[in-house]
Order: sequence, then C-alpha cells, then structure tokens
Amino acid sequence: MNVQRYQRYPHSELSRAFDRLATLREEMDGLFDNSFRSFFRTPGSFSTWSPAIDVHQDKDQFTVVAEVPGLKKEDLNLSLHDGVLTISGERKREEKPEQGFRSERFVGRFQRSITLPASVDPNKVKASYKDGLLKVVLPKSEEAKPKQIEVSVS
Amino acid sequence: MNIVSREDQQLTAENRPQAGPFATPVVDIESTPEGYVLQAEMPGVNKEGIEVTVENGDLILTGRRLPLEVSGELVHRESRPNDFRRVYELDPSIDTGRISARIENGVLTVNLPKAERVKPRRIELE
Repeated sequence: MNVQRYQRYPHSELSRAFDRLATLREEMDGLFDNSFRSFFRTPGSFSTWSPAIDVHQDKDQFTVVAEVPGLKKEDLNLSLHDGVLTISGERKREEKPEQGFRSERFVGRFQRSITLPASVDPNKVKASYKDGLLKVVLPKSEEAKPKQIEVSVS
Repeated sequence: MNIVSREDQQLTAENRPQAGPFATPVVDIESTPEGYVLQAEMPGVNKEGIEVTVENGDLILTGRRLPLEVSGELVHRESRPNDFRRVYELDPSIDTGRISARIENGVLTVNLPKAERVKPRRIELE
C-alpha cells in the first residue's frame, strides 16, 4: 500500500517551543497585533492541509477513515481509479477579522490518494460522514479475496 | 489575548484520569465585542464525549473519542488514538455562568461571553 503524507503540523516541535516561550503578554500581542508569532501560526501561510488517514483490512474489505472535522458532506469528493482511492475536499475560509483572530486550523483544499494493495469492486464502495470522520468501505473484488483451496490427499 | 493556552503540567501520572496522554486539539479563537468564540477540532467525538468545565478560573475542554466501528486489522495509521484535552486560563472579564458549547461534525464551539462590566465610577473626594 502506498500512502504518503506531507504536512507541517500546527503543533510541530518548533511551534511547541514557541508555546513554551509565550507569556501572557505575548499571547495578547498574538491576538491583537500582526506579530511574527501570529503570522507563524497562520496555517495557510506555510503549510498544507493533509488530513490523517487510517486503513483497516480484513479478508473481505478495506475500510479507510479520514479525519476531516468541520466539513460538510458536499465539500468532500471521492474517486476510485485504477485501484487508487482519492479523497479531496475543501474547508471554506470564512470571513474573519484581521484583528482579534488566532488560527491553528487549516483552511483550503486538500487531496489524499491511497493505492489499495488489492483490487476492489468499485460498484460496492460505500462512504459515510459522521462526527468529522469520513469512512469509506471498499469491498474486495472476488478475485482478490483469499481462497481456501481444497487439496485432496489420496 | 485574554484566554491563555496553558501547558497542562498539573496532569501527572497520579491525577490523570484514565487513559492518556491527551492529544492537543487545534483551536481557532475569535475575539468579538461580546466575548470570545473558540473552535476546537475533535474528530471522532460526539456530544456524549464532550466535557467543558470551569475550575479555578481555568477552562478545561475534554473530548473522548468514540470507538471506531471498523472490522479487520489496522494496516496504516496516521490518526492518534488519544482523547483530546486543552486547558485555557480564563480572563476574569468572562462570565463563566453564561459559557455555552456545542459540537458539530467533530468541531467543538465554545462561546465565552464577557460579563456586563460595572461602569467606571467617579469617587468624589470628601
């Protein structure tokens, strides 16, 4: 299976270090001024959004779960092409004041692709979205399922 | 910034409730004339798993993940299984009695309204 994830976490070691240095005063500056600190924390400026994905497998199916909190169903897209599942979507940027807003959450578009290690039946794929989790169930195609081979010993 | 994220150092092995350590949710905070609006990402948490408490001037947000209904073995993991927790020091101007919260699509929204301030009063000298 081929799954790659590129992400600069909002809670990287570096930003943790910034957290430790932060005093009450700096926190106040961070909210009300366009200081370096608040710029650094603005996700859109340096980072891309790459939601976490988990994959489960049993003999009949794959289950892919993506963490995409705060999205609406209609903002999510799924496609399956040549055994590659692609999940994409967009968190719309709401109008926010320049002052008085501190953001750690990602906004904008994302796209993740997963190369599934066995073929799946594209007509039986089911997806649901609940509590910020997108769950995609992909039943394996008949030829991909493990088979018990009867060997008669004479 | 009047509500301050605090490193949760008081949580030692002795007083930590059940499983830990907690994951820190990412949070947006907006300051409005009426107060503050805080939004925390807690994927996999529903209303039953949310706990919002105010204790000794601290706002404590806890989100417990629901067990995931999936079959089979985990073959690739990027999520963190931990429950969520984040603690903020509340500004005294916030009316703790009117704090409200809701969760929708894995995003916890907490409204922190400011108290009706006592107007400045001029003290006459005798």
